[in-house]
Amino acid sequence: MNIIETMIYPILYPDTIIGVVAVILVKIALVLGVTMLHVAYATYFERKVIGHMQVRMGPMRVGYHGLLQPIADGIKLFFKEDLIPAAADRTVFQLAPIVMLFAAMSSLAVIPFFDGFIIADINVGLLYLLAMSSLGAYGLVMAGWASNSKYSFLGGLRSSSQIISYEIAVGLSLVGVMIMSSSLNPKEIVLAQQQHWYGMYLFPQFLGYFIFMVGAFAETNRTPFDLPEAETELVAGYFVEYSGMRFSLFFVAEYVGMIVMSAIAVTCFWGGWSIPPIFIKVIPPLAAVPGIIWFVLKIYIHVFLFYWVRATLPRYRYDHLMALGWKVLIPLALLNIVVTAIIKFMN
Amino acid sequence: MLPILFFLYHAVVIIALSVVIITRRNPVHSVLWMLVLFFHIASLYLFLNAEFLAAVQIILYAGAILVLFLFVIMMLNIKHELNADICIGEWPIGVAIGLSVMTLVILGIGKFSHGPMGQASIEAVKAETHTKALGRVLYMDYLFPFEIASIILLIAIVGAIVLAKKEKASGG
Repeated sequence: MNIIETMIYPILYPDTIIGVVAVILVKIALVLGVTMLHVAYATYFERKVIGHMQVRMGPMRVGYHGLLQPIADGIKLFFKEDLIPAAADRTVFQLAPIVMLFAAMSSLAVIPFFDGFIIADINVGLLYLLAMSSLGAYGLVMAGWASNSKYSFLGGLRSSSQIISYEIAVGLSLVGVMIMSSSLNPKEIVLAQQQHWYGMYLFPQFLGYFIFMVGAFAETNRTPFDLPEAETELVAGYFVEYSGMRFSLFFVAEYVGMIVMSAIAVTCFWGGWSIPPIFIKVIPPLAAVPGIIWFVLKIYIHVFLFYWVRATLPRYRYDHLMALGWKVLIPLALLNIVVTAIIKFMN
Repeated sequence: MLPILFFLYHAVVIIALSVVIITRRNPVHSVLWMLVLFFHIASLYLFLNAEFLAAVQIILYAGAILVLFLFVIMMLNIKHELNADICIGEWPIGVAIGLSVMTLVILGIGKFSHGPMGQASIEAVKAETHTKALGRVLYMDYLFPFEIASIILLIAIVGAIVLAKKEKASGG
């Protein structure tokens, strides 16, 4: 245990009910605050990274190398007029971005950021994550339907079929991890990975990891699977009628979704807040590094992967997307489960 | 006291939501209210320490089945639905059947008695975690009936695909 963790421990385990509630509220505020800050700068780095990959500078005007750009964008979006189309279903139209952001944000509750820091340590954490990620589809579908516009509607239809299809692959890809760790609790899964010298399920579950990441791109509507918002075909897809703050809620939800998917990948396949025990054996001082540093670094690697793929791959065609999901990823995930189960049974 | 309040809240809200769902003119609104209903049902499962069932309730019903509902209903011509009569002509028969079933249930509730206690007490389930306890029962004690149920579902899926797939001309 290092200095930061010894300071935090007494706060993490209080005795009274008020203390428990206060600690949970503080944790929620902390997690939401840090995540929102990350979301703001994730937009900045996305533009920077893709800019440099395409041999241009990206945002440069606001602040040093455009560092204040997210703040300027935030102010602009906040003061923009909130337009609601006359033919729209007002209530559903207004609810849609909130539902989407809620689904993305509530997933953060069961993610173990480092040893002992988790808002809700529940036994079915992994299932909870799957449940919340499937709720995100409602935001898209509601937005697509309520806008009463053909582009939005097509985007909503595409997203509902896309998310339902890829959810199955994502769920099945995590079953291998569940079998290996004999648990659905994210914290236990991280601890189970530390039992192995390689310390990450990435190696025995490489197939599961690959399927999970492809599914994660589809579930967050990122390129190459951004068909629900495909700007060249559908203008902006399901959120074409949104403006100002409601538009930015969709934007924030997409980035939180990206961070959540990265966090699930890190927890289930990259050993969460820990590093492989063999590293610590070779270089002992590494044990003193706080777990949160490793966790955040691993998240950054995954978020960078999202940018990298966006700058590299063109968009899939819709029937190809469905064929890939149903005919390739789901059978592969099932194969992964069978092989993992047999190996587990033999040992 | 707290458990009773918790249960009362859910009982009242679930009944109210059911009424709201069937009285909406707009079918998309009905489906969205149903989503709220499913959350309350999941919450009741949590209240019974059945965390696995609660999660599966959301994943399957809210995440898959209801999205498919929404998918189909969004294709309907809502303008036509909005002008349709809210009740069909035979509503008195429906009310009569509903009331008689309700009387039966109310009469029946008084006759309920506790069944014999099983192995899975609350403490046992808590110690083992609900997912493991459920898995043990399903895959060890009742493996055969479970597999039969899954084969029936598989037949239904194959049947649906056969019905939906139109016969194509040779080679098509």
